Amino acid sequence: MSMLDVDGLNVWFGKHLERVDAVKGATFQVARGESFGLVGESGSGKSTILRAITGLAPDWSGTLSIEGQPIAKKRPKTFFKQVQMVFQDPYASLHPRHSVDQVLGETLHLHGFQDIDTRVVKLLDDVGLGQKFRFRYPHQLSGGQRQRVAIARALAPEPELLLLDEPTSALDVSVQAEILNLLTDLRADRGLTYLMVSHDLSVVAHMCDRLAVMKSGDIVEIMSVDALRAMNATHPYTQQLFKASL
Amino acid sequence: MSDTQTLREWLLTETPTSRRHAKISAFYQGWLTLRSNTMAMIGLGILVLMLFVAAAAPLLAPHDPFVQDLGNRLAPLGTEGHVFGTDSLGRDILSRLIYGSRITLYIVALVALIAPIAGLLVGTVSGYVGGWTDAVLMRITDIFLAFPRLILALAFVAALGAGIENAVLAISLTAWPPYARISRAETLTIRSSDYISAIQLQGAGAFRIITKHIWPLCISSLIVRVTLDMAGIILAAAGLGFLGLGAQPPSPEWGAMISEGRRFILDYWWVATVPGLAIFTVSLAFNLLGDGLRDVLDPKAGE
Repeated sequence: MSMLDVDGLNVWFGKHLERVDAVKGATFQVARGESFGLVGESGSGKSTILRAITGLAPDWSGTLSIEGQPIAKKRPKTFFKQVQMVFQDPYASLHPRHSVDQVLGETLHLHGFQDIDTRVVKLLDDVGLGQKFRFRYPHQLSGGQRQRVAIARALAPEPELLLLDEPTSALDVSVQAEILNLLTDLRADRGLTYLMVSHDLSVVAHMCDRLAVMKSGDIVEIMSVDALRAMNATHPYTQQLFKASL
Repeated sequence: MSDTQTLREWLLTETPTSRRHAKISAFYQGWLTLRSNTMAMIGLGILVLMLFVAAAAPLLAPHDPFVQDLGNRLAPLGTEGHVFGTDSLGRDILSRLIYGSRITLYIVALVALIAPIAGLLVGTVSGYVGGWTDAVLMRITDIFLAFPRLILALAFVAALGAGIENAVLAISLTAWPPYARISRAETLTIRSSDYISAIQLQGAGAFRIITKHIWPLCISSLIVRVTLDMAGIILAAAGLGFLGLGAQPPSPEWGAMISEGRRFILDYWWVATVPGLAIFTVSLAFNLLGDGLRDVLDPKAGE
């Protein structure tokens, strides 16, 4: 049984004449412990799939299931204990008036944990931020540090599936590598399943086991990372994408 | 380490050691920004002075503000014992100004408590919930905005009866719609941001998101707006007093004092001018402070 099963997912925005179909009939499975990549150009609907899974994009049809359990339209609290998301821009995903301690403490409180203090300390250590960052505000942190806080927040409820929405695209190159390594280590330590969106093929080659290539809302090809490394694509769009990334 | 650390270093540290430390440190940094703004400090100085004067009114006032001395009425500025002269009933104008500052502060404080909080509540709920709630709340806001402010306040006071409390209520009722508009506009930009999505993904409900995540971001722009509006509130209160619908005689409300002096304004100009200057000074002080606070509190400027 796969961790995440997406079957015939359609996502759209707007109504009637203004309706835009962002995702059309997307179908793929992510096995437990696997790291699955979604690649494609801007506007191809990669991030929209993540937002539909978490319920942030309210208009969707098709079947989404987590460990064989179909997801209801209204997500129960237990869903957010299983599935968490890291956003693209760490400058926008942290509340400007909340300290790191508040961000993590509130998340833990919402998930009903009792030993909040010890857990905040442990989370900060896990993502490679020391205790000295605990009471800082986002404006006192660099982009990479902020993204570590965002990762810590996503890990706080101890999820099994982590949705990563271009977690490094807003960071500079040296920091990108640090965050990617952190994510790789966390996955190994905790046995997490990743669904990662990226437009950077080298990031996907580094992080993922399999990937799906998207173009204007359609999944055109699902392939293994070995095929990606060998540049072995069957669909013309994928071949074009490979050429462009050389 | 703590032996060599000065208080200033403790306050400005990049690595706070506790929740309280972080809060105090953020507050102190805001204070440093405000302190570097001379005009804002002048405004704050005037307001602190006014607070002090209002608190120590019985000690500072040279005369009883209600005692009449008809033999010494309309004495000019600088008269022995009456620095600002006396009014048409021979009451000392300086003493009346000092006691009047209490009334002004009372009105300002009450309006500043009622109107922005009501506006914040309506605006954030309307902006976050959206849909029908938004439409209904905003149309109500529009109705209140469509009336001229002083006229609406006049109507309320006329219906409720003259007096300071009713004047406060009337001014608050006319002052909340702009705050509702501001906080709704802020909420609309905040609600689609990633950090609100992130807390939604932790299963937080609408109540928690509005009070703990949206309010803290709206409040700073509201505080700025309130301090800038204070001048208008004082003027509205004075206007009601001037029209005889606010504070009732013999209470030394500044607007009522101008109203009394109006009858002799050509021959005895100071009777109306001195309380006018007091209103002007306090309004200016609030405006200066509001400008300075905007620099400190605006989250967009602080980035």
